[in-house]
Amino acid sequence: MKKYTYTEKKDTRSGFGAGLHEAGKKNENVVALCADLVGSLKMDAFIKDFPERFTQVGIAEANMIGIAAGMTIGGKIPFTGTFANFSTGRVYDQIRQSVAYSNKNVKICASHAGLTLGEDGATHQILEDIGLMKMLPGMVVINPCDYNQTKAATLAIAEYEGPVYLRFGRPVIPVFTDPDQKFEIGKAWMVNEGKDVTIIATGHMVWKAIEAGEKLAELGIDAEIINIHTIKPLDDEAILKSVKKTGCVVTCEEHNKFGGLGESVARLLTTELPTPQEFVATNDTFGESGTPDQLMAKYGLDAVNIVEAVQKVIGRKK
Amino acid sequence: MKHTIKELEDIASQIRRDIVRMVHGCQSGHPGGSLGCADFFTALYFEVLNHKKEFSMDGIGEDLFFLSNGHISPVWYSTLAHAGYFDKSELATFRKLDSRLQGHPTTHEHLPGIRVASGSLGQGMSVAIGAALTKRLNGDKSYVFTLHGDGELQEGQNWEAAMFAPFHELDTLICSVDYNGQQIDGPTKKVLSLDSLQAKFEAFGWHVINTDGNDMQAIVEGLHYAKTLTGKGKPILNLMSTQMGAGVDYMMGSHKWHGTAPNDEQLAAALAQLPETLGDY
Repeated sequence: MKKYTYTEKKDTRSGFGAGLHEAGKKNENVVALCADLVGSLKMDAFIKDFPERFTQVGIAEANMIGIAAGMTIGGKIPFTGTFANFSTGRVYDQIRQSVAYSNKNVKICASHAGLTLGEDGATHQILEDIGLMKMLPGMVVINPCDYNQTKAATLAIAEYEGPVYLRFGRPVIPVFTDPDQKFEIGKAWMVNEGKDVTIIATGHMVWKAIEAGEKLAELGIDAEIINIHTIKPLDDEAILKSVKKTGCVVTCEEHNKFGGLGESVARLLTTELPTPQEFVATNDTFGESGTPDQLMAKYGLDAVNIVEAVQKVIGRKK
Repeated sequence: MKHTIKELEDIASQIRRDIVRMVHGCQSGHPGGSLGCADFFTALYFEVLNHKKEFSMDGIGEDLFFLSNGHISPVWYSTLAHAGYFDKSELATFRKLDSRLQGHPTTHEHLPGIRVASGSLGQGMSVAIGAALTKRLNGDKSYVFTLHGDGELQEGQNWEAAMFAPFHELDTLICSVDYNGQQIDGPTKKVLSLDSLQAKFEAFGWHVINTDGNDMQAIVEGLHYAKTLTGKGKPILNLMSTQMGAGVDYMMGSHKWHGTAPNDEQLAAALAQLPETLGDY
């Protein structure tokens, strides 16, 4: 198992804020909008340097999505910012008609996704957003795994022409990816090569997968770990190549098992390479109040749950 | 004036013929609101709107128009064709398979003249605000026009947008409301009363004007007057009284022709009232 270390913990939303600021410096057409959550979305640096390119919309997310769609007409590249729940479910039809169907170059940037939002509870902890967004034709869906990857993803989507959903989170987590990485939309990252099982993880679950890989190594199981940061378009080739070698797969995501990364992988494998698969994901449930760590443990999204799923899926190999 | 009022009325008559023929041709669509707004579309595209012949999505240096109540697509399609965006023969494909003239307007099939999809109601004002903000950032002084149904104003997103535009002093925005008092399930007064739209929008900080949307002289003058009100820190709302079905006697004033196609006999009765002025498609 390749050794991953970290010297600091940071939140992925700060990676977004840093990426947005840098994207703003690189391209004067980058504009930002926020629905009364500037501090939470870490947009302060962008606003300070480019006040005229920032629009405070107030608590009116539907209006924000529509305005963002309109701002593309004339060449702007709008980044909208609010919590994941208010970025997707609340404004689904606005995204569907004014952004996706109209093929507008809008970047829907969503913080506080999943259970790790914590104490605010289930009204704010969306676990269905990946599913909602990936079903929209033409929508790119990205869920980066740490500060550096989120920053790199933010810069990459500014250069991509078309609608994107970028999902990130609230808590501080280890920073373990290369600060100078080149982010390629739709390209998986090989975290660790192995032969016994393929672990496919996205977002906050990537670090958990690394922790699980270390425990599995102690148990004599050689896990291949792949980071799928782009859930749509899915890197079919990387997944098939790995699964051909290992013969089984565990998918890990901070999202409902209905509609998430796991289902995308299952759809691919069912048609191309039927393979035993286990899902580490929430099980058709809402969250609740608690600390992020407590919630990840209670809802089965810890390294120990990945280890158990690996042991189970290896047992199902023919 | 680029045209005389008579010339504009002739264009509107042809657009009305097109509307009833298009809706009859596919036996679906929305003739009532389309007919009611034929004069507005004629005045806008042939007299008021500063638009370029070659369509570009970005619309730099030209006025933009957004149709929020997308179901009245027949009137927009016919207007766009007669304004030269595409050949009028394409109107025959309305709502048919493989057509660029979808039931509701869309950019998806790349029909020139359309910059965003509409149909699901209440989204157009926000989009127009976004386009106006970009024009402001680009130093482009052109206007942004919209049209909304009155029933459509029951959608909450409109009021988010209505609050935003005056606060940001979007004084290049000229929104018109097709104030016909009808919606699918009946008169707006019975379904969900809009009460005083004038008082509502004024309270939100708009400059509100009232026009007769079925009098060509009045609507041309009203839109020109609206332009003179721009640049003063307030968006403009044009409350435009119309008759649903205007121009076809048996369709007028009733919500029943909101989304119903005429049969052969009804088509003939309608066409008999609408002189063919520019040649049918």
